[in-house]
This record gives sequence, structure tokens and C-alpha cells, in this order.
Amino acid sequence: MTATDTQRAIETVWKMESAKVIAGLTRMVRDVGLAEDLAHDALVSALEQWPGSGIPRNPAAWLMAAAKHRAIDHFRRHKMLERKHQELGHELETQQESIPDFDAALDDDVGDDVLRLIFTACHPVLSTEARVALTLRLLGGLTTDEIARAFLASEPTIAQRIVRAKRTLADAKVPFEVPRGGELAGRLASVLEVIYLIFNEGYSATAGDDWMRPGLCEDALRLGRILAELASAEPEVHGLVALMEIQASRSAARTGPSGQPILLLDQDRARWDQLLIRRGLAALERAARVDGARGTYVLQAAIAACHARARTAAETDWPAIVTLYGELARLMPSPVVELNRAVAVSMASGPAAGLDLVDAIASAPVLKNYHLLPSVRGDLLVKLGRHEEARSEFERAASLTRNARERELLLTRAREAKTKA
Amino acid sequence: MRFLVMVKATKDSEAGKMPDTKLLEEMGKFNEELVKAGVMLAGEGLHPSSKGVRVRFNGDTRTVTDGPFAETKELVAGFWIWQVKSREEAIEWVKRCPNPHAGEGEIEIRQIFETADFGDAMTPELREQEERLRAKTGIKS
Repeated sequence: MTATDTQRAIETVWKMESAKVIAGLTRMVRDVGLAEDLAHDALVSALEQWPGSGIPRNPAAWLMAAAKHRAIDHFRRHKMLERKHQELGHELETQQESIPDFDAALDDDVGDDVLRLIFTACHPVLSTEARVALTLRLLGGLTTDEIARAFLASEPTIAQRIVRAKRTLADAKVPFEVPRGGELAGRLASVLEVIYLIFNEGYSATAGDDWMRPGLCEDALRLGRILAELASAEPEVHGLVALMEIQASRSAARTGPSGQPILLLDQDRARWDQLLIRRGLAALERAARVDGARGTYVLQAAIAACHARARTAAETDWPAIVTLYGELARLMPSPVVELNRAVAVSMASGPAAGLDLVDAIASAPVLKNYHLLPSVRGDLLVKLGRHEEARSEFERAASLTRNARERELLLTRAREAKTKA
Repeated sequence: MRFLVMVKATKDSEAGKMPDTKLLEEMGKFNEELVKAGVMLAGEGLHPSSKGVRVRFNGDTRTVTDGPFAETKELVAGFWIWQVKSREEAIEWVKRCPNPHAGEGEIEIRQIFETADFGDAMTPELREQEERLRAKTGIKS
């Protein structure tokens, strides 16, 4: 093994183990930032020692033990410092505080710590951006540079965001725990939101020239799959995993040869990934087996599953999709959901019925700059033969989207409508 | 990125000898770790090649041959599909796998092509052809 191989192997082990190490340390030192620093010290030790000694048989245990020693050292130093301060102040108390039992702490189920770490990184006290960055860093094992590239931000920006997030958590004294009772639902929603945001940023990049950034989709899927094992009693977790698996199954089919987006109903279904579809459907079944009402992720996954089950676009069960959107709209009343329902209605009952629904929500303030509203309207108008109106809708949609590939597609549709007008 | 991880056959696996309880337990634990880490997408064990069939292609002829097949070490006894961040991660996971056989054995790691990998092989002509086909078959709507 060459030096570079060893280096790469160490970095790989680190990426695989860092979440567990940081999670275990956080429970001991009760500070994510400090835990990450200590864990990083352990990595540095590995980088120093392993090239000479070889990679240990159980590298994960080695890293954990090294990190534990760092924590004990830190604790002792801290204690000593405290004692000196006390001596200086002539306030020597015989307070017999011992070093916590780190061994016992480490022997506990590591999975629980990772779950606590997920809830901490996704704590609502943090901004959404901060939650995303911190989750990718602490749980996804991504470097600051990798996160910056994924979000087209500068490295210092992301670094700063992570530093601030850790400070915010410390200042707010966020407890390192899995929330219980009434608090759980809201906190879990925050976790799921972060994972789905990461997925969506990869699936339909909101900015930049590429339509997709598959690396982020894979990171989100992996986080979701990990969470599904740690919080298997939560139907919405399986719902989110199902939704992501099924959406990811279409990755290869949703981009054309020159990189342009291909919409769901135009996709070549032979290119859908059947393995991911099967996994998605299995996750949906798992959600159904767990007690509890169907939440927003389960419903969205059920809609995605309707498409996944249809062998051709014509076989799509649109009435079922209309029903599911109706159920979703009751749980999550939003013009965006209503817009999707309108599309489903147009497929089930014709474009005129769909257009009526679209027009009913067209003035909603949240849709003012939402490019999919004019895009959907344009599509329905084309079907109704109202090409001139369709053209201006597509042009408006093109002016609203931030994605270059999508803009091209919309402008093409505008030109097509113009020739037919 | 995804990898096909193949457990190669041995004399025992080809003889249809099932793994003992201890190995099954260890394998079960390893699989659990893979699932917990969000790595395992699929995994199956295969019947010995005596139950397998080969279809040989030569020009227009197709010749069907029943198993078993001779070159044991080249046969596959089981496989996983993993999603990992790097080839190194796949190697690291394989190193953690319990020895699937009593004595010597081998596990082979092969990367699965992703759409992006086809890049240049998908020539503009091929792309155009595909577009034409799609237009003809009316898959557009």
C-alpha cells in the first residue's frame, strides 16, 4: 500500500465513522463544536500513526478510543484550570467531582447517539441553511469544501455558517437528546425537512447550469435510510425515504441527451431504476405497517408510487392521484399542492377542469413568482388550443426560473406555441 | 456510486453446503451494519451452479448448457449492491465482512455504470436516433 493509498483509506474510514465518533463524544462533552474538534484530533493522530503502524484491524474502534482519550485529556486540563482558578481565589472547596465514566458512556448504543446528533444538527433554533450545512458536515461526513461546491457557495461562507451554528447550539444550551412526547412531531418534521431539502437541491438544482447534482441526492438518501433504521417507528420517516427512492429512480430518465430536463410524463420509463422503485414501494409498505395517520411525506410518496406503478404514462391512475392530492391539501393547505392537484384533475377530467382550478389559485401571493404556475397554465392552454395565451405563460415561466436548463425548455415551449398560434 | 460486490464460489458452496449457524449470525450482523449505514441496496445468495444454465452465443446460434460449471473460483455464490461514496469505502466494507467460507475465498468489487458514465459513448448520432425513435413510437406524450 502506498502512502497515498493509506491516506485515502484513512480518510475513507473517517468519513464512515466520523458521525458515530462525534455523536459519542457529544454525549460526553455536551458540546457539538468541542466534540467535533476532539474527533478531529483523533483523525490527526490516525494520519500521523497509521502510515507507520499500518491501519488497525478495527479502525472504527481505534478512532473511538483515540477520541475518548482526547476527551479525557480535555476534561482533566479543564478541571486543572478550574482548580487553579479556585486556588487563586482562595476558595478551595472540597468538591469531589470525578471524571465521568467514559467507558460506560461509549458502550451504550451508538445508534442512539447518532439519532441525538441528527436532532441536534436539525434543531429549529438554527436557520434552515445552517441545519443543512451542519447535517451534511456532522452526519454526511462531507468536508466544508464539498458542501460549498454542492451549494455553489464559497468555502468561507459555509465554514462561517457551520461555526455560527455550533455556537448557536451552545448558547441556546440545546440538550443532546431525542425529543419525546408532544415535542417529537415538530422536531422530527425539522429533521425530515432538512433531508428532503438536501435531496431536492440535488434533484432539481434551484440555481446553476446543471439540472441535477446527483451527489446530494445520494447523500440525502443515505441519511434517510440511516434515519429509517434509527427511528423505524415513525411512518413519516419511511414516507420520506419512499418518496426519495422513487424520485431518484427517475434520475436517468429526466435528462435528455443534451442535458435538457424531460418531464415525468415524457420520460422513457424503461430507464427508470426498478431497484429504487422496489425499495421505494417497500418503504411505503413499511410506513403503512407502522401505526399512525398518513402524513405529508407518506402521501407524496403514495402519489409518486402511482406513477412508478404505471408502465406507461397512459396507464397512470389519475383519479387515485387526485384523491391523494385532496388528502394532502387537507393536511398541508397550500397553493402549490393545489396546483399539483389541478394538474392531476386535468389528466383525470380534462384540461378545462384543471384550468378552472389553476385560475382559482392564480392570485395566491406565494405563487406570484413561482415559475410552475405559468408553466402549468401554459401547458393546459396548449391542450385547449389557446396557443397565443400559452406562449406568454411559457415566457413568463422562463423569466421566473433560476435554472438555466429549465429556462431553455420553457423558451422552447414558448416558441412551439408561437408557431401554432 | 454503486458497486456490485460478488462473493465467489468455493467447493463447499458449489456442493450446496449451507453456512453454519455461527457464520449465518455473523453475516446477519454484517448485513445489519450495512443497512444501518444506508449502504445496502440489495443482496442475495445464489444456488450452486449445478442449478444454473448458460446460454452460449455464436453469431446467430444459441446453445444452452446446463450446470454445474467447472471453474469454481470464477463462479458467483452471492452478491450485494451497495451505494457508497467511493471505491475505497466499498473496499473498507468488504474488509469488515466475515469470511464467507471456512477457508479461502474471494470477494470481487465492481463499479456499476451510472448514466453519466456513458458520456462520450452516447454519440450525437445515437442521441438523435433515440430521439427519432421516441418521436415515432409516440412516447412523447
